[in-house]
Amino acid sequence: MHPVMKTVLQRLGLGFLTLLAVSVIIFSSLELLPGGFAEATLGQSATPETVAAFNKSLGLDRPAITRYFEWVGGAVQGDFGRSFAGAGGWREQNVRYVSNIIGPRLYNTFFLAAMTAIFAVPIALALGLLAALYRNSWYDRIVNSVTLTTIASPEFFVAYILMFFLAVKFRVFYPLSTVNATTPFWEHVSRAALPTITLTLVIIAHMMRMTRASIISLLASPYIEMAKLKGLKPWQVILHHALPNAWAPIATVIAFNLAYLVVGVVVVEVVFVYPGIGQLMVDSVGSRDMPVAQACALIFAATYIMLNLLADIVAIVTNPRLLHPK
Amino acid sequence: MSTQNVDILHMRTKRTWSQDAWRLLKSAPISAKFGMFVIAFYFFCAVFANIIAPFGEAEIVGKAYAPPSAAHWFGLDQIGRDTLSRVIFGARNTIFIALATVLISFFIGGVLGIYAAVTRGWMDQIVSRIVDILMSIPVLIFALMLLAMAGKSVWNLIFILALLDSTRVFRLARNTALSVAVQDFVEAARLRGEGMIWVVFREIIPNILPTLIAEFGLRFSFVFLTISALSFLGVGIQPPTADWGSMVAESKTLITFGRPQPLIPAAAIALLTVAVNFVVDWFLHKTSGLRDGQ
Amino acid sequence: MANDRKRVKGTPLIEIRGLKIEGYSDEKWHPIIKGIDLDLKRGEVLGLIGESGAGKSTLGLATMGYTKPGCRISAGTVMFDGIDLVNAPQEQLRKMWGSQISYVAQSAAASFNPAHRLMEQVTESARNHGVMDTNKAEADAKDLFKRLQLPNPDTIGTRYPHQVSGGQLQRAMTAMAMSCRPDLIVFDEPTTALDVTTQVEVLASMRRIVEEFDTAAVYITHDLAVVAQMAHRIMVLRYGNLVEQSDTRSMLKQPTQDYTKSLWAVRSLEKPEEKSSDIALSVSGVDATYSGAMKVLENVTVRLPRGKTVSVVGESGSGKSTLARAITGLLPVSKGRIEFNGKALPAKLKDRDRDTLRRIQMIYQSADTALNPRQRVRDIIGRPLEFYLGLTGAAKEKKIIALLDNIELGENFIDRFPGEMSGGQKQRISIARALAAEPDIIICDEVTSALDQIVQEEILKLLMRLQKDTGVSYLFITHDIATVRAISDEIVVMYKGKVVQQGLKSEVLNPPYPPYTELLLSSVPQMDPDWLTGLLKQRAGAKV
Repeated sequence: MHPVMKTVLQRLGLGFLTLLAVSVIIFSSLELLPGGFAEATLGQSATPETVAAFNKSLGLDRPAITRYFEWVGGAVQGDFGRSFAGAGGWREQNVRYVSNIIGPRLYNTFFLAAMTAIFAVPIALALGLLAALYRNSWYDRIVNSVTLTTIASPEFFVAYILMFFLAVKFRVFYPLSTVNATTPFWEHVSRAALPTITLTLVIIAHMMRMTRASIISLLASPYIEMAKLKGLKPWQVILHHALPNAWAPIATVIAFNLAYLVVGVVVVEVVFVYPGIGQLMVDSVGSRDMPVAQACALIFAATYIMLNLLADIVAIVTNPRLLHPK
Repeated sequence: MSTQNVDILHMRTKRTWSQDAWRLLKSAPISAKFGMFVIAFYFFCAVFANIIAPFGEAEIVGKAYAPPSAAHWFGLDQIGRDTLSRVIFGARNTIFIALATVLISFFIGGVLGIYAAVTRGWMDQIVSRIVDILMSIPVLIFALMLLAMAGKSVWNLIFILALLDSTRVFRLARNTALSVAVQDFVEAARLRGEGMIWVVFREIIPNILPTLIAEFGLRFSFVFLTISALSFLGVGIQPPTADWGSMVAESKTLITFGRPQPLIPAAAIALLTVAVNFVVDWFLHKTSGLRDGQ
Repeated sequence: MANDRKRVKGTPLIEIRGLKIEGYSDEKWHPIIKGIDLDLKRGEVLGLIGESGAGKSTLGLATMGYTKPGCRISAGTVMFDGIDLVNAPQEQLRKMWGSQISYVAQSAAASFNPAHRLMEQVTESARNHGVMDTNKAEADAKDLFKRLQLPNPDTIGTRYPHQVSGGQLQRAMTAMAMSCRPDLIVFDEPTTALDVTTQVEVLASMRRIVEEFDTAAVYITHDLAVVAQMAHRIMVLRYGNLVEQSDTRSMLKQPTQDYTKSLWAVRSLEKPEEKSSDIALSVSGVDATYSGAMKVLENVTVRLPRGKTVSVVGESGSGKSTLARAITGLLPVSKGRIEFNGKALPAKLKDRDRDTLRRIQMIYQSADTALNPRQRVRDIIGRPLEFYLGLTGAAKEKKIIALLDNIELGENFIDRFPGEMSGGQKQRISIARALAAEPDIIICDEVTSALDQIVQEEILKLLMRLQKDTGVSYLFITHDIATVRAISDEIVVMYKGKVVQQGLKSEVLNPPYPPYTELLLSSVPQMDPDWLTGLLKQRAGAKV
């Protein structure tokens, strides 16, 4: 088998195993609670009968292994089971399926993340490249301080400052991003503007620092100096000699930051009351609706793993040593 | 290397440690000096909170949401407590909780990481794989889920975050210790017949200490931000304990009325973490020049 | 266009006057080149030699009008063919680089772009400067490959840099430099990273092609014997100043400056060999493997007589360093037996007792990594005294000072950190650390390779004196035949994990030779400008 294929398959296998292990961890966190979930929810004074009834109603009376496979099997098909919310009565008409709750929220979050990525990725790469090319200039120094400050600030600080100035003092944007399934596309875009700007600022800061660092280390390679001394034009040096070797670091930078975005949405959605999966997770944690929380955690973790996997695969398929074995 | 250079270097060693430290501090760029000043100021506030703060932490002194006045510079909160006092007490609570978390995290991650690097072998393999898996779940998400399960308490918060954060410390400690452990001077110590204790404490740790100190700063600021975020989301530090993250959450509705109160505790958080980052940035530049931009 | 100009051999090409170059570090500018004049005629090869820190690479690059990032030309002029390179606009320099002036770097592996095929990179200058179209450039490159005696000249261009060997890459880089038929090529230590047997071939092909095209060249190296083969004229540099210059033959015959003489006088040391049958260490029929797969040592047998020096020579991959690891127990042998003072030595390090460990000490190639940068000399030398001999307090301090005196450093070094000493001083501290254990054997693994010639000589002299004083045996691992010649009693020649030959110095260094020994010995450059020519003739004759 071609080494590239082999390495890619190995990496995919590893990614799959990681995902499996993560699903076990997420699932078993529910099992690890001393005294069980029922006791923790109903309180210690609950009679054994109440606990048993509660467990039965939630399906918690069956062995953990069985439930794990049911859960994972369902999750693969997009079915995350039933929500605990309103489960007390357990009448069929009150049952809410986790996937039905998550579905529209997932779309909203994806919408927000995509909107951010469209702005943030090209801007960050361009600014990072400039900082690398003009390193130690005033531009570079200012960029360094500004990005360091942005990275070190909590997301909600950036978010509230933007809200305070851009929505309250000067009414440029909507202060809150309430949308629903019937919101028209462009209104959705304008309502999601502030969370997008917040996330973009945070992501750009991270991303351009990483871009700058990897471009600088790339440009320090002897073969770049050689290309210069061969009399190539600066753009030829960059396009023909630096770029073919830059895909791996660039992919890593993008994947890392999109993965970071996944986490960033949680806080930003809460600040702007944007009905995404991040806010859903926080709500479900507050109400201890475990099936929802677990499903959200699994989705976040899977996205995170997938992005890193993708970056690794880009690095593998652009590696000349693997592409052209001895 | 000329003899002249060596003589200059030799003279340098004759200065005392504190003189060296003082010269180093004086040579720091303005951003690092600013950072150090801010950190010192915060720790001062944290330690002497009950002396400095004009009012008590949970003391109700007036009307809810009273605007800033001469007596209450930052106004009052949603149940009439003095915001300035709570910001000062918040310094104590949040900083010490973050510090405790990072210390535990460094203890777990540092010990395991250095041990794994020195012994290598199966223990290293197993722990490294587990850490890889744990690190593939974002900290905030993992913490949210575990806190939902374990219930909201300060100790749960500290232990859960310390555990999750120790994976990062493990990785760094292991990798830096490994890069030292493969050097000839460690091999020389092994050939001499030195035991593990000597190798770890005399050969490896002195060489990875600068990196670990810098990392301590970065981890502190990361943990501090995570705790603030969790508190802001309502699962971190619980009321009535004053804490900057939850103070933002409690007063957030004021923003929509054009009052900047929630920005005060948020700015307090930002200022501290920015200060720590400025100092770490300078320290890293000074000690290695590595980790540019990470 | 480069070809249109009239090139008359012997007319001036480069004229450098009062050149000063500075480098930026620790927030200050430090002088690197302190005012040098340099002249080069068309078709002439100028050798720049000097030890580390002499500024030879910086000066060599300056002939192209280029300075490394963090360096600047602070004074002086560089005239190339009537053009002032110091004040020339970047665009003009760019047009000259690759077409009129080209560069061959030390590390070919790092200087080729891993993402492109050799052919693409070799023809790049010619295509970009509009000298030739792609077809012509490729045909020309194949011709150059042939002239440079690269294997499969018609197809090697389709390979990627990681697919060919170091010696071949270095020749491909020469072809790359030659592609526009430049007026000048700057060779920056092009064979330093190569093994001697490879070096001969690369030197020969470089020299031939430069002669064929009458190209002027600046050849930068620290190796006198190499520069003697390549250059018509030599400039000796030290600390950024010119020490002396003259044509190669007269400089080799009669150097005028003391510094040059001291460079030339290298290996004045020659220890007479002594035979001994009192064996301190014997390695018999030893096999060793890394991770159970590849055999890195195969049936190795070596004897080390007491109080004598046995040199183990070989090129990279010969297994000479692995032999050291096997003896120290770091890499347990998979077959065979190691005996020390007549008793079998446990294969694994952890099975050896402290007294055995004390008796076998090791000195490493790079004192930079062999000394803990966070320990002072007192702790570095004091630890074995405490650990093996139980010395503490004043007794230990006294012994440390005695050792420092013995390695000719003196007691004011006792509080220094390794970072506060020069390379030679650090290597002395390594020697003192080994000596502190009062060992029977010291394994020296390339201990002088990282040092400048003159410092090497001092370290070797010190080692020889210590042997006389203490009766210690050395197992001296090296790739440098000159060192072997200077210090050995016996020599072991290794090749691909096997011992080719062990014998007294006089036996190994004189005919009859086994084939590999002959190849190895004949490949070592001699301080004779006709050596390479003679060797090539001899080898060509042997083939017929």
